[in-house]
Amino acid sequence: MSFISESDSGITQGLPVSIASPSDYVALLKPRVMSLVLFTALTGVLIAPVPVNPVIGFASLLAIAAGAGASGALNMWYDADIDALMRRTRKRPIPAGRMLKEDALGFGLVLAVLSVMTLGIVANWLAAALLLFTIFFYVVIYTMWLKRSTPQNIVIGGAAGALPPIVGYAAATGQISLASLALFAIIFIWTPPHFWALALVKAGEYGRAGVPMLPNVKGADRTRREIFIYTLLLAPLGLAPWLIGFASLAYGVFAIVLGSVMLVFAARVYVIRTGPKADRCAMQLFGFSILYLFLLFAEIAGERAIAIVTSNLAG
Amino acid sequence: MKTNSKMLGLVLTPEQQKTRRQRNVAIALAIGGFVLLFYVVTIAKLGPGVLNRPL
Repeated sequence: MSFISESDSGITQGLPVSIASPSDYVALLKPRVMSLVLFTALTGVLIAPVPVNPVIGFASLLAIAAGAGASGALNMWYDADIDALMRRTRKRPIPAGRMLKEDALGFGLVLAVLSVMTLGIVANWLAAALLLFTIFFYVVIYTMWLKRSTPQNIVIGGAAGALPPIVGYAAATGQISLASLALFAIIFIWTPPHFWALALVKAGEYGRAGVPMLPNVKGADRTRREIFIYTLLLAPLGLAPWLIGFASLAYGVFAIVLGSVMLVFAARVYVIRTGPKADRCAMQLFGFSILYLFLLFAEIAGERAIAIVTSNLAG
Repeated sequence: MKTNSKMLGLVLTPEQQKTRRQRNVAIALAIGGFVLLFYVVTIAKLGPGVLNRPL
């Protein structure tokens, strides 16, 4: 497939004409990443100690989601060369030849500006500044700099993925709090074991693309050790929302159970190092890590939503 | 656009025409949604005060 028309007359030859459909633009937004961002930002909004107007809350979340989408589009613009080399990413709109790189850049920039301005107008300018910083961190610090230069890329770059609860909380309250920082810390420490589990299995692809992921640079054994260490940190950190006081004891028990299961999966990755079973264990950890984060945040969000509805009914 | 296309001698393939139409519709819907969002947010922010203005 190409941008250049193969019409009979041949007069469009040399003129780049996009054949990207709206669904290609949706793909640029990385909808699955966006949904996780949306969910964690929603949790940030819900833990706010002040009531939030539902319309303002909804519009703020929409702006945060659009900001996440802008980050995804700008990431795909910059990474089009390495996306073409990996099986997981080569069907994306740019490497597949359906979209011009410049179109993705323009789309990402417009969306970034609109999302930040919208959040500033709808909520407040602290939240807008935090969203702008998140986009900047993901696109410039992670995508353009760290991703291709250090095996610690996803450790430091993980901060961008961890910021949405802080942005959501700031949109609701105009402040940053210990509670929103705790949610940030959980996602930040969760990111390395989550990504490295996948990187263990996809090391060959990352190697071909020249991305210095930890397994490619330091080896699989070191990666397995680091996955286990980060999971050891993550399991107790998951209790922070209960210890700080914005989640119930039931959450605390739930976090202990989920953290223990995550540790078991990480221990299996550490112990089982060869053969197809090793890859299976890594993929199981990768899959469970998504479930872990989703369930922890769903528990917090659910508790807060019930509390808000109950207080509204009572008041 | 038609005039420009003729002037440039650009002839789009049916596929290019189809995706361009789809993109145009998507942009129109996005702009409409954006306007609606700001309308609703304005009402929500101003509340009953939206009607309270000197005549």
